Amino acid sequence: MSAIAESTVGAALATPHTQVGAPIIRITALRKSYGDNEVLKGIDLDVKRGEVIAIIGKSGSGKSTLLRCINGLEVFQEGSLTVDGKPLLYESAMAMRELRQRVGMIFQSFNLFPHLSVGRNVMLAPQLVKKKGSAENATRARQLLERVGLAEKFDAMPDQLSGGQQQRVAIARALAMDPAVMLCDEITSALDPELVGEVLRVVESLANEGMTLLMVTHEMNFARKVADRVIFMHQGRVHEMGSPEALFGQPRTAELKQFLSSLHD
Amino acid sequence: MIEFTLWDIVRNLALAARWTVVLSLIAFVGGGLVGLLLLVLRLSGRAPVNRVIGAYVQLFQGTPLLMQLFLLYFGIALFGIDTSAWMAAGVALTLYASAYLAEIWRGCVEAIPRGQWEASKSLALSFGQQLRHIILPQALRIAVPPTVGFLVQVIKGTALASVIGFVELTKAGGMIANVTYEPLLVYGCVALMYFVLCFPVSLYARTLERKLHVGHR
Repeated sequence: MSAIAESTVGAALATPHTQVGAPIIRITALRKSYGDNEVLKGIDLDVKRGEVIAIIGKSGSGKSTLLRCINGLEVFQEGSLTVDGKPLLYESAMAMRELRQRVGMIFQSFNLFPHLSVGRNVMLAPQLVKKKGSAENATRARQLLERVGLAEKFDAMPDQLSGGQQQRVAIARALAMDPAVMLCDEITSALDPELVGEVLRVVESLANEGMTLLMVTHEMNFARKVADRVIFMHQGRVHEMGSPEALFGQPRTAELKQFLSSLHD
Repeated sequence: MIEFTLWDIVRNLALAARWTVVLSLIAFVGGGLVGLLLLVLRLSGRAPVNRVIGAYVQLFQGTPLLMQLFLLYFGIALFGIDTSAWMAAGVALTLYASAYLAEIWRGCVEAIPRGQWEASKSLALSFGQQLRHIILPQALRIAVPPTVGFLVQVIKGTALASVIGFVELTKAGGMIANVTYEPLLVYGCVALMYFVLCFPVSLYARTLERKLHVGHR
């Protein structure tokens, strides 16, 4: 897929406010429960600008919930969270929209808007939220679609695309808002195996260009290759954290060993 | 004794059918606007508001339209306000239609996958923008058949306004039948006229449905 790699010219990523190497996400003592059921039991995590973090763990370990707390899709009860200098304040719809402009999210089920063409999917939020002019917006959308290798699909409807293509449009749609951070919530889990690669290549190109990425993933090989840091979550806590080599090579806790060996079965 | 020709009967019924049409339009437009307002209030998700709207919907769905007409017509008069049959019928049908439409449309909005709300929210769209650009356009597509089905019910439901003395198609039919002594002929014509009003609505719904699905396919 050299087309993807070569086409990055002209669709540069936005520059965050945070300095390179400084923490762009700060999560402090975050706790979240659904009723009596506490799913996140005190999470502390600093993510540096440009860092690529893979979050792994069993289903129900709280990894997706943690990701969804970062852009306020889930409400947490205790602790604090800032992204690129914007604090998360539920009371203020304005502050939430400010924060969400700094955070792009890509979902397992793509969630493209089925009633809008691919181009309109990418252009809608910049037009409504950033009040971008239509000519500039269209140019940028075309560049981003080219970046993900789908320039010719500008006028197609989402249901005419394969899953892998839809997910790449979703990535372009998130990039169009110039986020400082991207959250990827199991973005290849709904794809046929042969379509996984094309999506991961796009994600990898973002990582190489310095995008800060947090991804919940089951693709351990991809995590090992791309991530700077891997987080293993277990029962609502960060159970083990470290470089991919350390985590996959010498797991320290029994839970992680068990989790890793269960993947090979 | 005056002779009534078939033309006399049809002409007089057609004149009265105007008021059926006007009353239906009041119910569509009034009920649609109030129903949309109730829907938006309900979606913005304040629990006490939701309970009040839920009770409102239950009240109007759980009582016969006939009773609502009676209660409004005679009830408002108790407060010393002079009600015409016009006003009572217009208000009753508006309230009745708004309750049903709010509920029908709520179902359509709930049929939109949660991911659509989440994706638009994480793109920093405001609640109003989410509704206007993402949720309602998709809900509209599924809303057409049940909405039109209900509107046909409303057209036929306006017949009940005859009981509070409002002269529309059914009431006029009754009056003409009384003087011509030809109830079968007259009511046959009345039924035919209701059909003539309702059938194009259903027909239009089918075209609309096809048109709305073009973009989807």
